[in-house]
Amino acid sequence: MRFDEQTLKNLSLTQYEYDLLVEKLGREPNYIELGLFGSLWSEHCGYQHSKPLLKKFQSDNPKLLVSAGEENAGVVDIGDGDAIVFKIESHNHPSAIEPYEGAATGVGGIVRDIFAMGARPVALLNSLRFGPIHVERNKYLFDGVVSGISNYGNCLGIPNIGGEIYFSDSYTGNPLVNAMCIGVLKIEELVKSSSGPAGNLLLLVGSGTGKDGIHGASGLASNTFDEEQELRPTVQVGNPFLEKILIESCLEVVASGRVDGLQDLGAAGLTSASVECAANGNMGFEIDVSLIPRRESGMEAYEVMLSETQERMLFSISPENLDYVCSIFEKWDINHDVIGKVTSREYATILENGKLIADVPINILTDAPLYTLEGVESRDIIKARETSLENIPLPQESQMRVFFKLLSSANIASREYVYTQYDHQVQTNTVIPPGGDASLIRIKGTQKALAASTDGNSRFSYLDPYIGAKIAVAEACRNISCTGAEPIAITNCLNFGNPQKPEVYYQLDKSVSGISDMSLEFNAPVISGNVSLYNETQDSAIFPTPVIGAVGLLQNVENHCGSAFENQNDLVFLLGTNTIDLNLEYFAGSEFLELIHNKIEGSPEINIALEIILQKTCRELIASNLLNSCHDCSEGGLAIAIAESAILGNKGFVANFELNERWDSALFGEKQSRVVISFHPSNLDEILSICNRFSLPFFELGKVSSNRFKMSEFIDLNIEEISNVWKTTLLNELN
Amino acid sequence: MKFGVVVFPGTWSDVDCFHVIKDCLDQDVEYIWHKDTDLSKFDCIILPGGFSYGDYLRCGAIAKFSPVMESIKEFSEKGKAIIGICNGFQILCESGILPGVLIRNRDLKFRCEMTNLLVQNTDTVFTNRCDLDQVIQVPISHGEGNYFVDNDTLNELEKNNQILFSYSSSIGEVSEINNPNGSVMNIAGIVNQKGNVLGMMPHPERVCDPILGGTDGLKIFGSILDHFSDSVSF
Amino acid sequence: MKVKIFISLKPTVSDPQGTTIKGALHKLGFNMVNDVRAGKFIELDIEDGEESDIRLQVSEMCQKLLSNPIIEDFEFELEK
Repeated sequence: MRFDEQTLKNLSLTQYEYDLLVEKLGREPNYIELGLFGSLWSEHCGYQHSKPLLKKFQSDNPKLLVSAGEENAGVVDIGDGDAIVFKIESHNHPSAIEPYEGAATGVGGIVRDIFAMGARPVALLNSLRFGPIHVERNKYLFDGVVSGISNYGNCLGIPNIGGEIYFSDSYTGNPLVNAMCIGVLKIEELVKSSSGPAGNLLLLVGSGTGKDGIHGASGLASNTFDEEQELRPTVQVGNPFLEKILIESCLEVVASGRVDGLQDLGAAGLTSASVECAANGNMGFEIDVSLIPRRESGMEAYEVMLSETQERMLFSISPENLDYVCSIFEKWDINHDVIGKVTSREYATILENGKLIADVPINILTDAPLYTLEGVESRDIIKARETSLENIPLPQESQMRVFFKLLSSANIASREYVYTQYDHQVQTNTVIPPGGDASLIRIKGTQKALAASTDGNSRFSYLDPYIGAKIAVAEACRNISCTGAEPIAITNCLNFGNPQKPEVYYQLDKSVSGISDMSLEFNAPVISGNVSLYNETQDSAIFPTPVIGAVGLLQNVENHCGSAFENQNDLVFLLGTNTIDLNLEYFAGSEFLELIHNKIEGSPEINIALEIILQKTCRELIASNLLNSCHDCSEGGLAIAIAESAILGNKGFVANFELNERWDSALFGEKQSRVVISFHPSNLDEILSICNRFSLPFFELGKVSSNRFKMSEFIDLNIEEISNVWKTTLLNELN
Repeated sequence: MKFGVVVFPGTWSDVDCFHVIKDCLDQDVEYIWHKDTDLSKFDCIILPGGFSYGDYLRCGAIAKFSPVMESIKEFSEKGKAIIGICNGFQILCESGILPGVLIRNRDLKFRCEMTNLLVQNTDTVFTNRCDLDQVIQVPISHGEGNYFVDNDTLNELEKNNQILFSYSSSIGEVSEINNPNGSVMNIAGIVNQKGNVLGMMPHPERVCDPILGGTDGLKIFGSILDHFSDSVSF
Repeated sequence: MKVKIFISLKPTVSDPQGTTIKGALHKLGFNMVNDVRAGKFIELDIEDGEESDIRLQVSEMCQKLLSNPIIEDFEFELEK
């Protein structure tokens, strides 16, 4: 054998994989060829452990113009010649090492995925998770990540309209940074990442190639965090200005209709971009590395092919269109170089100054070995799930004190401090800004609007990965339905530990099944996704964290609904149940149980039939213009949902329900499928008749008041007091 | 009348401004590429927000050398209307068309939020639709909007009534607590001495449509229209 | 030839970045720090030539582009 163990290890190739590639190739590879395999046969590019599981996602749905897996993202037809694409992607490992650049380049990468399909990026969202915020290191990571997203995203002129932030011990040392981007396109301008016909030219556009990020795909994403401390040089640095110019120039080229294929350079850089392009077009390619512009001198061919320098795109252009396309890049003063051509011989052929240095069949490179493992559920988790919560005692503390503890929990407090650092208004489409359930952006020139939300409660997923994933889908969709929009498709980011551990593989397997089953229930196909494995520190995996990004379509933007109470004397009802009394088992995985009793236990539940009629009813009520607010009941339960609607509307609330002796479960239990609505009293009959038509249970909670916030005999304050606590917690923690 | 919206590499409010002029005000509007120099067909030019040249070095420092800026200078000297919003304001300051400079926000954070602006001079091209001491709501979205100017120039600005907008409370109190970025005297927008060039950090183009939560931006753009429709007769 | 350019805020201009850095240094226990002013450092690699001429040209670069005279001062060193 030509390579020692260490070389293989550096490329994250096993001896088995090496033997396999030699067998397929019929010879030993040279070093450059080995590098190609190391990258493309990695988890990041080859999805070795997740691909067999991801096949569970239903990929054909009549709404889809392009299904997931065929391209960077599936494409959803929204009528009138318009379509949308969206995708969520992780940048966890780079952000753990260098939070500012890691998060910034995460945004850059997901945005390129979207405009590579010819779509105009219209919204960003971010789903973030950190260790407890009072720990100095976590503050540093949090601040770095938020500034990175703010500085990069704001420079691009794409509104950052929402997302979520959670804090939990499980993410100490391994934060999660998942970025989502939504794009809108005219159906006829859809561009595929295909090579086009043989003879086409490959045009590399954007940044000069440097040594940054080499082995990012094989290294960063396949090693656990402890090994990574050594890998700092592989972190890339973003240039948002260049990205902005890339967006504009590339979309101008796309609009000219002279592009046969377009692909962004992400993990494994040019290697993966060119191989994917060729594979999608059933062609091969020939690239001469000496034609690739460098940012640094003394780079070897190997480094040039595997560099993960940001802000680069690869075009396949027919020779007769070259001059025209180049004139657009010249107008924008952006680098563009022909670096090779498409060939009918289905080989990845790499030359240096005309001399052959690598020559490998495309189909071997794209045929990474897949591993299906046996999952086994952890006994500790089974025990935690099967622990009955019937004996949870009533808190020693007063109702008021518990209420304030929940309200000021880092997981519940206002995220205003974060989203005001993001430009959420640019493009002038933001109808519902961040801060409520889902945000809503209009589509100019139409009556339509898109609602977007991300969700993933890792406590639920920890206790029961199958149900937890279902709840994540349900809740992301519920947020959408609360605006009046109908969920049309979802994307997912699967953040897990090392899949080679049976307990982790079990979680991954069950989560995928949960997402898949629930997406069918909602007829919201999974159009894209990303898998981030090996999220571990000191041998301990993060909580399984499947993050769902959902997008919904609202046919008439005028009929939308926010989360904030609007008018004094409006009635406040709870939909989805006819009582507020909850059995103690509904504390399963709740914020209350962890915060007050320091336990993560119990068995989360969801009634799917109820969830679906709840969401249908909400949409119908909003479409009929009957509601003034509609807000999902989630972390912190009923009390927090009501408080949030009140604070957001700067209005009070006066309850007319009685609490029984278990006020804790009534106020803070986290039963799924519940929504708090408010409306003008004159709409009552019509609302109840719609609920009855759908057989949806409901419960009268009270009235919106001007200033007094009275939840019970013991929680009776004015709105400024609770508003102040909710709004300043995060800020105080950080300063 | 005809509006022009200047596009530098890195500009992003160009599309938003264009939309307001064309679709909300129903006026003629064209983009002006930063390498263009002929501005003869325009009555009013907008320098929109964004991050021209990535705001590298200093905001607006590189944009001021774009070919269009020489023509903008001439345009302003002719007394024609120019409005610089956010990055546009920064570019006008860097080019010396407006006095002062915009430095990093006091708390070093980017801020995107609604602000209340006290209108302090209504006798201008840009504010004739407003009432004196009226408070209008216009959002900011910037990391470097902290207006700084030396004392002499500040006195000059005050004396000539060049301060059009100051950050204030909802009832018009101009105090430190209502200052989102640390600007001298809460300054949010100023005009040049002649009164034909406006620079402001807040984004009026974001509040021109009721569905986006406000229409106070139309007071500013509408004022420009009124000014020109009055002066069309001569 | 290398030119090292140091751009600093004028003493009269408030420097929130410097204030923040000072706060952070104090937090770390470096209480001897009385004040911090943050600036920019720019390094140029330029063709060799007559020193006086280079000084003139670099000075012009600073005035025209690299610094804003309203808020910033500059100085530079030549390194052969």
